[in-house]
Amino acid sequence: MRKFLSPYLSSPITVIGGLLSLGWLLVALLAPVLAPYDPIKTLMPLAKPGALNPAGGTFWLGTDMLGRDILSRLIYGARTVVVFATLATLTAYFVGVTLGLAAGYWRGRLDAVLSYFANVVLSFPVLVLYIVIIVVIGSSPFNIILAVTFGSAPAIFRIVRGITIDVASRDYVSAAITQGESAWRIMLFDILPTASGPLAVDFCLRLGYTAITIGTLGFLGLGLPPPTPDWGTMVNEGRGMAIAFPHLVIFPCLAISSLMLGLSLLADGLREVSDAQGRRA
Amino acid sequence: MRTDERQPILKVKNLSVTLPKGSDRPYAVNDVSFDLKPGEILCIVGESGSGKSVLSSALMGAVPEGLKVAGGQVLLEDKDLTRLSERAFRAIRGRDIAMIFQEPMASLNPAMTVADQIEEVFLLHSEFDAAERAKRARALVEAMRLPNPDRILKAYPHQLSGGQCQRVVIAMALAMSPRILIADEPTTALDVTTQAQVLKLIGELRDVHGHGIVFITHDFGVVADIADRVAVMKHGEIVEIGEAKQVLTAPQHPYTQALIAAVPSLDPHDRPAAAEADPVLAVRGLQHSYGALAVLKDIDLSLAPGRVVSIVGESGCGKSTLAKAMIRLIEAKGGRVEVAGTDILALPSKKLEKYRRTIQMIFQDPFGSLNPRRRVGPMIARAARLAGASSTEARRRTEELLDLVGLHKSAYWRKPGAFSGGQRQRIGIARALAMQPDVLIADESVSALDVSVQAQVLALLRDLQERLQLAIVFITHDLRVAAQISDEIVVMQKGEIVERGTAAMVLQAPSHPYTKTLLEAAPGRSTF
Repeated sequence: MRKFLSPYLSSPITVIGGLLSLGWLLVALLAPVLAPYDPIKTLMPLAKPGALNPAGGTFWLGTDMLGRDILSRLIYGARTVVVFATLATLTAYFVGVTLGLAAGYWRGRLDAVLSYFANVVLSFPVLVLYIVIIVVIGSSPFNIILAVTFGSAPAIFRIVRGITIDVASRDYVSAAITQGESAWRIMLFDILPTASGPLAVDFCLRLGYTAITIGTLGFLGLGLPPPTPDWGTMVNEGRGMAIAFPHLVIFPCLAISSLMLGLSLLADGLREVSDAQGRRA
Repeated sequence: MRTDERQPILKVKNLSVTLPKGSDRPYAVNDVSFDLKPGEILCIVGESGSGKSVLSSALMGAVPEGLKVAGGQVLLEDKDLTRLSERAFRAIRGRDIAMIFQEPMASLNPAMTVADQIEEVFLLHSEFDAAERAKRARALVEAMRLPNPDRILKAYPHQLSGGQCQRVVIAMALAMSPRILIADEPTTALDVTTQAQVLKLIGELRDVHGHGIVFITHDFGVVADIADRVAVMKHGEIVEIGEAKQVLTAPQHPYTQALIAAVPSLDPHDRPAAAEADPVLAVRGLQHSYGALAVLKDIDLSLAPGRVVSIVGESGCGKSTLAKAMIRLIEAKGGRVEVAGTDILALPSKKLEKYRRTIQMIFQDPFGSLNPRRRVGPMIARAARLAGASSTEARRRTEELLDLVGLHKSAYWRKPGAFSGGQRQRIGIARALAMQPDVLIADESVSALDVSVQAQVLALLRDLQERLQLAIVFITHDLRVAAQISDEIVVMQKGEIVERGTAAMVLQAPSHPYTKTLLEAAPGRSTF
């Protein structure tokens, strides 16, 4: 374990990124313990950060116009982001990896059709795509995951397909074929592990994008239905009063940025290690 | 009677190059000294990892990153090249010393015509005007004996063959008439017949123009054909240096003796006479084409258990396509491949998976044919499992096979990265044998190995083949290797079998002109 981790721990970028990401994960997991108040309960409208709660305690980050504690909403919002971003990214990965392996391994008509479809989806600006999908099928947790899967899977498909085409031409894959190994075992045991380095990097980055996407959808009023605490929705709701009450917007923005920064740094660090290992091999 | 009274043009004195910390030895090149006289070819021979390529790059003042010239001198006249700045060295490269690399395609710029590339050398090192540059470029191409110089000058590298490219590279190296040429494996990537032509050309450069040439190679056949003097390198040191004749026929150092003993002979190896047996492999009218280009034309082949047939030919003759078609890695356009009575090509893909066991392949590249992420033992055991063994049986068979191919038990849990090229090839053989095949196809399986390792792997194959009564199809470009292992030899040219017969017949009394050309081109045939 120590040996496995040491290349990661020697790079400050990876450590900072890892700590930020891990920190948010812990916050999400421990939300009920960490949050001082119920995130959807009305307490006192528009309290400034640090204001005292007449019922006892402090609103460290203030409250919103409905009187809900911002710190508690941020903490529970982390849950929303972590759960939905992870789920959506995982489903996107499942679809993208499966189709990418199949297309890259078998080529032919299957590959032509899938690649064409992927290119069509990728030619749309991602945000426009999300908005159209959500407007058409409506906003619900399931639909958000569906929309993100639809929007991200083509990019993952392309990465996996490219690596698969490269690896499938190597002799060790030929050797497995001539042994009568089944296609899915070759893809899973010989091809996919080779792709794991680039995919781990992409996974971290994509997790960050998805977190932002969910935030953006929330900001556009297409996010999770209220009163679910959601960072993007918080920014949107506070937007009108941001001049007078900047704390409504600043703290959710900081939360989004720090998570995004953490994941990007982590991705950078993973890439460095993966590149170094690639050079040595 | 060449040049012994002449003064050396290049003197290397106690040259050392250090490897980065943590390498398997401290020096890539350790305390190396030699002289080079004009009109002389000094061959530096060694196996992979001997430091011969690092030595050549040190002479050019371009050691790879991480390495450092740690001591000694490279004297060109009285100038010590190791002390020159990069800027000062640039003026010397191309003008006084020029280099020829192994991969001719890779050392030319794919986006420039031949004429432009040669003229660029003049642009860098001379004051000639455009007309003069063009004239000289043309003269060089003509001097390289390239056919149709006008076409060659206008061509891009991809429009030329490997041999033509290498001659263009040599033309560029000669542009400023450098006194010293450094050639790093310049013919290794070429076919034997092309190699023979390029070697002849390099010989003429020495004789006619009096260039001093440092010729780096791993091939003693080439050494025998071209060298005036030979330096043998091992682990970064020169273990023996002397006149070619003396080193080749009466080597002093045990390492040189071992290397020379490992050079495979062109005399066919003694083989037991053929026993009467039904063929286990029968190829009938096998055909394949890429687009309109027919690469396999009606190939027939049959092989009895316990026999070895070599398929010999130059690159592009279709021998690798034949191997892939036989094992159904590509779908042939026609014909039959019967293994133990079953036509492999006619099987539907589900059924084919079962029959794959009967015909197995050992691949060319020992580094590419093993998945670097999988452990050796489970990889071989998986093959045994696919052939129908239970998991305990697979484990037992794997351990036996590791022993059989000469690897230690501890290899079981290690990854391919922990093994040398020769050891990996043994793992590849064990993996193929784990399926207990009837027919084994070896596609250039020893070509990537050093001669001493090559000899060991060939001996192993021969031994296994006799013990297990395997039928082996041995695909190679190297007649020497074919001579060592074959009962029969089949010669292919342009997708056709032009000659076939027992090894002795083909090697000693070839009937087809192409076979004769191949035999004549085999380097060093007068010596080995």
